[in-house]
Amino acid sequence: MKLNERSLVFYATCDSPADNAGFLYKRGERHTAYHRRWFVLKGNMLFYFEERESREPVGVIVLEGCTVELCDTAEEFAFAIRFSGTKSRTYVLAADSQVAMEAWVKALSRASFDYMRLVVRELEKQLEEMRWGCRHTPACCKARPLGMEHSLPALPTVLPKENGCAVWNNAPSVDQLHDDCDDEANPRPPPLPPRRRASSGDTGTAEISAFCRLHERYGREVAQLRQDWQHRQCQHRP
Amino acid sequence: MPAGLTVTTLFSFSVLKKRLVKLVVNFLFYFRTDEAEPIGALLLEHCRITKEEENVFSISFIEEPERKYCFECDSEEQCQEWIEALKRASYEFMRRSLIFYRNEIQKMTGKDPLEQFGISEEARFQLASHKQ
Repeated sequence: MKLNERSLVFYATCDSPADNAGFLYKRGERHTAYHRRWFVLKGNMLFYFEERESREPVGVIVLEGCTVELCDTAEEFAFAIRFSGTKSRTYVLAADSQVAMEAWVKALSRASFDYMRLVVRELEKQLEEMRWGCRHTPACCKARPLGMEHSLPALPTVLPKENGCAVWNNAPSVDQLHDDCDDEANPRPPPLPPRRRASSGDTGTAEISAFCRLHERYGREVAQLRQDWQHRQCQHRP
Repeated sequence: MPAGLTVTTLFSFSVLKKRLVKLVVNFLFYFRTDEAEPIGALLLEHCRITKEEENVFSISFIEEPERKYCFECDSEEQCQEWIEALKRASYEFMRRSLIFYRNEIQKMTGKDPLEQFGISEEARFQLASHKQ
């Protein structure tokens, strides 16, 4: 099968950082002798070179649809990359130490494109859920400057409604308290002004929502006070 | 996403050949229309997907930019679908997306979403290490 080998070689040798690199012993296909090779893991491809300084890899293992497992061989610190299917080969590799072996097994078992795709989709979903949750909250999210519309501050908790008005939690949210250092790079919208709580007390009929009702209520109080004062003035005149 | 089978034509050296093309992870496999085994594959890393003339897109690689692998689709719509899918098909693109989402979620919640997967310390996911 033809492969764009030049692209593979480029990918293996370009200066993009490798996800893991080091010497491993690779068991031969026909003869069971182990050969020391320089291995470079990039993305879902495990390249191996004859020497660390070699300009081209001698081979590559595409890490899709495989399992990485520990090996029960005479060789110490050995592990295997096993592919399903009868025609597929199992690659037996061995590291120099327990630590190195564990690091390789961990890196290789999470190297597949499928694994990455799973993680990316999960994060995408989480982000979408957060934004969706935000859209249903009363307008307190402002688009950030510089087109960073996706970055939204932590929302204050909205408590259950009372008397048809939402009672706002005036205490700053925990995230706002911790995040002072971030203010320069990501300026937060100003805090919401405190809302007057629906009063439970004195007049018994208080409905603070409508200003005209407020006006009326205090107007009556004032009119009453004025009346009393005028009455007192009349009494004091000789 | 056109990860499944579709029929396009591939022409190299100005010869049009009908091929079955299949996108699997970051590889584009191509088959003769009546065969089960692919005759070739293109690794889709460090490549550029370009819209050419009507119904046609091309893939070129960073180390050999003049060489274009051209594909003619059945319709403009199919052409756009393929372009979108291929642009997202590289491991490097996925890595960048992951880093971006991780950063966004961290900014919103103050928590690292990779912790639940036990992979937050991996070098390949650090912001600084993969500047594109």
